[in-house]
Amino acid sequence: MKLAYFTERPYRWIDEDEVLKNKAFFALSNRHFDHHKAADDYNYFLDEYCYAEELGFDAVALNEHHGNPFCMGSVMNVEASILARITNKVKIVLIGNPLPVIKHPLRMAEELAEIDLISRGRLVTGWVRGAGSEQFFNNANPAYNREMFNEAHDFIVQAWTKPGPWRYEGKHFHYRHVNPWALPYQKPHPQMWIPGVLSPETVRWCAQHRYPYIGLGTALGPTCDLWDMYADEAAKLGYQAGPENFGYLIPSFVAETDEKAQELGRNFVYGGGQNAFSRPEHTLPPGYNSKGAIKMLARHPGGSWLGVNPDKLRESKDGELRPETDYDVVRKKLLSGYQKVQNNHQLIIGSPKTVIPKLKLLLQILRPGVFVFFNVQGTVSNEDRLTSMRLIANEVMPELREYAKEIDLPDSYQRTPGSVALQSGVSPAPVSDRGPLEELGLR
Amino acid sequence: MANWTETTVNVGGTDVALVRGGSGKPLFMLHDELGFPGWVTWNDALAEEREFLIPLQPGYGKTPRVDWIRTYRDLGGFYARMIREMNLGPIDAIAFSAGGYAAAEMAAADPAMFERLVLVAPMGIRPEEGEIADIFPLTIRTHMRATVADINTPEFGDIYGGEMTPDQFEAFEDARAEAARIGWEPYMHNPSLPHLLEGAKGLSALLVRGSADAIVPKGCIDSYKKVIDHAQVATIQGVGHRPEIENSAEFIRIVRDYLTS
Repeated sequence: MKLAYFTERPYRWIDEDEVLKNKAFFALSNRHFDHHKAADDYNYFLDEYCYAEELGFDAVALNEHHGNPFCMGSVMNVEASILARITNKVKIVLIGNPLPVIKHPLRMAEELAEIDLISRGRLVTGWVRGAGSEQFFNNANPAYNREMFNEAHDFIVQAWTKPGPWRYEGKHFHYRHVNPWALPYQKPHPQMWIPGVLSPETVRWCAQHRYPYIGLGTALGPTCDLWDMYADEAAKLGYQAGPENFGYLIPSFVAETDEKAQELGRNFVYGGGQNAFSRPEHTLPPGYNSKGAIKMLARHPGGSWLGVNPDKLRESKDGELRPETDYDVVRKKLLSGYQKVQNNHQLIIGSPKTVIPKLKLLLQILRPGVFVFFNVQGTVSNEDRLTSMRLIANEVMPELREYAKEIDLPDSYQRTPGSVALQSGVSPAPVSDRGPLEELGLR
Repeated sequence: MANWTETTVNVGGTDVALVRGGSGKPLFMLHDELGFPGWVTWNDALAEEREFLIPLQPGYGKTPRVDWIRTYRDLGGFYARMIREMNLGPIDAIAFSAGGYAAAEMAAADPAMFERLVLVAPMGIRPEEGEIADIFPLTIRTHMRATVADINTPEFGDIYGGEMTPDQFEAFEDARAEAARIGWEPYMHNPSLPHLLEGAKGLSALLVRGSADAIVPKGCIDSYKKVIDHAQVATIQGVGHRPEIENSAEFIRIVRDYLTS
């Protein structure tokens, strides 16, 4: 099993009331941006990733978002390029480049090849569709999001593997001279790990391409459902999915004591947390979701399959924003949510002694080949962030590595995803263990 | 209440849902970006002397999406083919908002296709003053409400009031998705349209707007007026983007006068 370190690199200098007033991080005016603090933080976060390597994490993961202080990675390939040069052994995982938002797959192929070359083959690249709000930010037509994602991906794989020059005439992209000189260090190309928030289309697409699918802190029951969907699709294609096909990322924060961890961990709901990423009108732009997802949304607005908070789904239909203007009331609500996500095991907070059994339970249920620690959000100090990393690395990771061996969780470098053949007509073996879910009051 | 029925007409392999109602000289109607809202008062009144032909736009649920239609000019070309194949031209037409955009593209390509053309709060030309409201970063309900100056307008309530049913929600999402697919960029306008429309000599057009339209600014009407020779302009005071619903009586009077002039 690979253990990875991830942070959204949050901008930590906004008055929470401003986020609450705006009812989201996205669309908050950049007049609140302080370039001195941002300069310090960009450098700090690069140092933090170096520290992760030093502590023994197998991989460091980056992502990007646009126009959003929730994540300072706006062009993560820039950060990845620097890390390629200043780190030595960790894998640099991109989760992932938003292909429809960037709209230039040939340039993407060149950028990533350079990063893979500079790092001498440590790049793991992944792709995403980009958040709903980012379709607005980048003027990317949401109705073509999925088509552009698929086409850009297929083009990049060709650009890396088919000797040039050649001409490309696609539906959304057109190139009269494809011949990137810089090609990836790894052959035929870097591994791709695909992050997602439980879109069935993405899960099937991953299974078809034999790419590991990384669940981004998704609810455990639905995650098991999607794992099964992946395994069923894999079975149709003649292979048995296993831990090498799955990864899981979860917000985790560790401190010396449970009390301190709980206090600092509240920053996960700072400004509304993940659910305040963008307002409903920016979350689901027209055409962004498949017809199937829209049917689901129309008939089951409380469902979680779209990976969107049920309140947000309801607001999307009703057009009503939360009416609260008393921010203390809002904070109280957010804090009740903070406890709820801990109860759901979607947020792991505590001392090493407390978090180890919880994390082992996640490994037992989901059986991922990749496990990603998402360090704390919000306004936590550098010192507390680094303490969390150190405790995870020194006290938590050794236990998890032992446990992963015990329950046999190979990663995608130990066993090629899709390499375990499955005879036609034979049912796939289980890819998760739902046993503990009922005991946890979950399903 | 006039009789109306829904039928289908095959255009280039696509079964286009077509609402037909009333009797008399045909009147081709292009609905707006939210889809056909249903047969309402103004339809009923004009159906006494005109036969409505209302195609339901491809991609709007009932008529399947046509993949090659990627712009409003493509959509206009599709409707032009429909008119040719149904031997309808030259025809009177009335088109609303984004439907007006498609109709303007048709007129720019072949003004002889229309005998008279009514454009109600048409999109399609970037206004010199103001901006066409960005409807895509709005929830459906916010968008709908922005289309009228007074949300208590009875007929607006009849059409859009009450709890939104799953079928309505799905229909709106289909409409928004298709409108975004073909109108996202440049946003609900075509830079070449005014130049081509300027060359559409002989086009008879009436431009109708509500004085309180929050979706299509007066600048759009001014730009249309600038490039269509002899276009008439009618402004209905105190109403928004749906003058046909907010002040049906005045709307009917204006349109009837024009179509019979």
